[in-house]
Amino acid sequence: MTKYLYYPGCSLETNARAYYISLMAICEPLGLDLEEIHDWNCCGATEYVGISLTPAYALISRNLALAAKQANGTRTVVAPCSACYLNLAKADYYMRESPKLGEKVNKALAAGDLHYTPGSLDVRHLLDVIVHDVGLDAVRRAVVRPLSGLRVAPYLGCMVPRPDYEHRWSNPEYPNELDQVLKALGAEVIDFPLKTHCCGGHMTQIGPPVAYELIRRLIHAASEYQADLMATLCPMCQLNIDAYQGEMNHFFGTYYHMPILFFTQLMGLAFGKEPQELGIGKELVDSRLALARIGVEVPEAEAAPAPRRPRKAKEGLPMPRMPEEKELIR
Amino acid sequence: MTEHEHFEPVIIGFTCNWCSYRAADLAGTARMKYPPNIRLIRLMCSGRLDPTFVLKALSAGADGVMITGCHPGECHYIEQNYKAMRRYQLLKRTLTQMGIEPQRVKLVWASAAEGARLTEEITKLVEEVRALGPLQWPTSLNGHGARPAVETTGAVVSAKEVAA
Amino acid sequence: MTSPANLPEERIGVYVCHCGSNIAGTVDVEDVAQWAAGRLKHRGVVIARDYKFMCSSLGQEMIEKDIKELGLTRVVVAACSPHLHENTFRTACKRAGLNPYLCELVSIREQVSWVHTDKVAATEKSKAVVSGGVERVLWHEPLEPLRVPIHPATLIVGGGIAGIQAALEIADGGSPVYIVEREPSIGGHMAQFDKTFPTLDCAACILTPRMVSVGTHPNITMLTWSEVTKVDGYVGNFTVTVCKKARYVNTDLCNGCAVCQDKCPKKIVDEVFEAGLGYRKAIYTPFAQAVPKFPVIDRENCTYFQKGTCRACEKFCPTGAIDFNQQDETITLQVGNIILATGYDLFDPRRIPHYGYGRLANVFTSLEFERLSNAAGPTNGKIVLRDGVTEPKSVGIIHCVGSRDRNYNNYCSVICCMQGLKFAHLVKERTGATVFNFYIDMRTAAKAYDEFYQRVLEEGTLFIRGRVAEVTDAARLHGEEGKLIIQVEDTLASKQRRIPVDMVILSAGLQPRRDAKAVAKLFGISCSADGWYIEKHPKLDPVATMTEGIFIAGCVQGPKDIPSTVVQGAAAAARVLGRIQQKEIALEPVRASINQDRCSGCRICNNLCPYSAILFHEDRMVSEVNPALCQGCGTCVAACPAGAISGTGFSNEQILAQLEGLLMLNLDGDGRMPVKVREAVAI
Repeated sequence: MTKYLYYPGCSLETNARAYYISLMAICEPLGLDLEEIHDWNCCGATEYVGISLTPAYALISRNLALAAKQANGTRTVVAPCSACYLNLAKADYYMRESPKLGEKVNKALAAGDLHYTPGSLDVRHLLDVIVHDVGLDAVRRAVVRPLSGLRVAPYLGCMVPRPDYEHRWSNPEYPNELDQVLKALGAEVIDFPLKTHCCGGHMTQIGPPVAYELIRRLIHAASEYQADLMATLCPMCQLNIDAYQGEMNHFFGTYYHMPILFFTQLMGLAFGKEPQELGIGKELVDSRLALARIGVEVPEAEAAPAPRRPRKAKEGLPMPRMPEEKELIR
Repeated sequence: MTEHEHFEPVIIGFTCNWCSYRAADLAGTARMKYPPNIRLIRLMCSGRLDPTFVLKALSAGADGVMITGCHPGECHYIEQNYKAMRRYQLLKRTLTQMGIEPQRVKLVWASAAEGARLTEEITKLVEEVRALGPLQWPTSLNGHGARPAVETTGAVVSAKEVAA
Repeated sequence: MTSPANLPEERIGVYVCHCGSNIAGTVDVEDVAQWAAGRLKHRGVVIARDYKFMCSSLGQEMIEKDIKELGLTRVVVAACSPHLHENTFRTACKRAGLNPYLCELVSIREQVSWVHTDKVAATEKSKAVVSGGVERVLWHEPLEPLRVPIHPATLIVGGGIAGIQAALEIADGGSPVYIVEREPSIGGHMAQFDKTFPTLDCAACILTPRMVSVGTHPNITMLTWSEVTKVDGYVGNFTVTVCKKARYVNTDLCNGCAVCQDKCPKKIVDEVFEAGLGYRKAIYTPFAQAVPKFPVIDRENCTYFQKGTCRACEKFCPTGAIDFNQQDETITLQVGNIILATGYDLFDPRRIPHYGYGRLANVFTSLEFERLSNAAGPTNGKIVLRDGVTEPKSVGIIHCVGSRDRNYNNYCSVICCMQGLKFAHLVKERTGATVFNFYIDMRTAAKAYDEFYQRVLEEGTLFIRGRVAEVTDAARLHGEEGKLIIQVEDTLASKQRRIPVDMVILSAGLQPRRDAKAVAKLFGISCSADGWYIEKHPKLDPVATMTEGIFIAGCVQGPKDIPSTVVQGAAAAARVLGRIQQKEIALEPVRASINQDRCSGCRICNNLCPYSAILFHEDRMVSEVNPALCQGCGTCVAACPAGAISGTGFSNEQILAQLEGLLMLNLDGDGRMPVKVREAVAI
């Protein structure tokens, strides 16, 4: 078991409860020992930074300071929520870049008898840890119920891969790490062109038509690719696509039905956990139909015969050879 | 120490004709800036650097020495920079034994295209040596506080052994 | 302070150059000259002058006059880098009857005035530099340059247009040339192209006559399907080892009928010549006009080599030329000069996944499009989508893919703008499709280039200024279904735009060859940080390298178009021909020598020499340097525990004297700098 300091964030306790439950369920098979930061507070989400910088960074850094104090045997903080991850990483990075900001923040923290030295912790997203620390091989080994036949659209949203302060992703504009994890689970992963596009964020509150259009684009593209469901790593994205799908359909007069699950839920399924242990069923856009395709109750689907490669039309031109998957993952 | 605030270190830089001397030229052509504390001597190769030169420089008034050569694997003379690297390691040990901070002598790789890198390294070394203060030879060497006289050739016998 | 025995007799002239305001703007040159005349008088300085431009004829004449009238025995010039004007001042001394090696040029421009801003500090440093030069020059010895004979043969590595041009120039000049090419045929990238901008003449039509000339020239020996594995020696006398890979075809018997290629059952995607867009057989010549005409068997893909049966080519060969038992052959060549013309690799656009290359079928690279539009290409010049039949109705050409982008390459790849325009013209001409060019800046700065741009503009090609954000197949708006959508900020209209097209061409940048670093090491030259080979001088010596006898031509030196590549090929050839004509070359007499009386025979130096230039005489138990092999690095000089080895030009005395000079130990009394501080901290 590898130890990490764990920052859950508010979403995982409320609307993204399923993310939390499923994460806890897969820790054991992945060998993750997550130690929750005691007395953590809200990261400020996306709004606070827009209002006043010093209090926003102080709010975030309080968590870093607590984590640094608590650190025993590890200096890595893992956040599963993308907004939390970005905020923690951003605060650490900007405090490193600007000692002046660091001073101000620490002055504020001093009121609570805390201090944070920028750079003393590694802030990483859960997916990064799973791909680069746990490794795809370990994921593959843990799979007992491959998701064969399930067409999944990997969707990261905008906050995890960018701005990629520490160059952790294969490509911040078009990362393929989530694809790799889902492939390791045996799922059929579509090359989802909107994987890093915006879900609308809090525009659902401020300007719903804008948000609906952004949500529609994502769902439309996923259905065009005949995805059974979308897999995400962001509570915000999941909320928008799940909870606002009905309103979006109403707004445009469409009939999309695109369930979205957290990638940890799919990992749990592949690792042989039961849907109820993973919070499946909490989503509003029912995923039952999609999951029925892989027969979640059946221990292991019959391995389908490898599809015959269609003969290339005689006059067709070859596609460029793509590098092996391993080459892409740094 | 108040003197240190006014202290301007003198650094001698040994450069390789094929890489770092050209990097210095390039830094000039590109009008990059570095402190005037360094004075360069051109050698044909970092392998030409007899460690005696470094000791001589330190004994004769320099506060620091920079040795520069081609990156490992890029030596104009195939592999002579590796010899410089070996000598540098031994030289640092000798300096420690003599009571001199080994940080005063620095080995830097800079290719002919790396004017910016050389500029950066020079600036860094000047600041580091400035922080160390003037080179004060251990008084035990001659007991009068004056700099020990080191003859031009052969006086520092141990350095010759290092050279081999 | 140590001095040479003859110090009292030495008469030194010091000349400080203003270089206009280049030096005088930062350094008080008059002060430096006066200081040298006064404070270094006891070191033999009899005259110190400053002058506006020392390198001018008048400046040189001034030095010559002083040598003659004042009887100067040594000269120190404080000006620019010795890499620029050392030869100028040495020659001036020579004209005045002084041995040129008694002149020392010290740099107060590149190393003082251009890198410092504080005038006082710069002036003080200049004095130190001059002082170092004066001390050093006292130890200079009169020398004669080493004369090395030049072997008349030349090796050219790379058979693209640069190598071809250089080979023909030298061969026409009457000297033998070896041209080594890694692929089965010469021709390089140019042979893959369809048309050449801006004149639109067919690349093959202008290239193949040159290739044929190379193939038939009595002075040219072609070594295709071969690679250089080792380079020994030095200018005038290189020994080069070449590995001639087994062709499995006896070239004495083969008549190039190509029956073997028809009969070979194994079809493979041709990643090299067809840029992955077409097929070739396991026995193949890359293209019909290949020179030489002989095919090669690709061992990895040959059914016989992999499975042990087939031999179809052997069965059908009318002359019995197939020889499966051929082995790789190692050849040793003697040459005097080497030209490297190894070209470039295309930037791999898979590195920008959001542009969709490799994921989206109808995204093509520029090289793929060259093959697509080439009459001899996989579609016989029909511009079609990847399905092989559909003609595109709209095409987007994206410029600067991988270039001018700090995520990939910072530099401009030079050719992509013109190439994009050429593609636009070809698409328009052959398909009538709507063409969009997405550019950042349009760079058409060469003869007749901008006129071509105007022509393409008038043809109705649309230009959108802005870097493309992404190419996607995710349709959002009506009319986008089934298309590739190019999302771009039109920076002239200040608008985000989505342009649906059928085909996208990525005008990918040029990159150094993937093995450029290894090849540079093999030949002992250096690469820039980007990986392009470094020329001796970016403006005045663009085809020579720091290593004598090794020249570069074409894209190996940096991205360039065909005209510039040809110019460099010819230029490199002219440099080599000049060398060959001179029959010998004068080299700096920087060599090591061993004082046999002081050598103890410890042999430490023997193993340090990378050129094995040090011989050990068992009988007398002493070592000796072979001056023909010695390259003058000086490592042995530094290592000799007995101090028996001396290096001309860089002797211990010279270096230590310069060191003392730089530290102002040569001044009387309180001369050491900076005086006050030193005293304050004395223990």
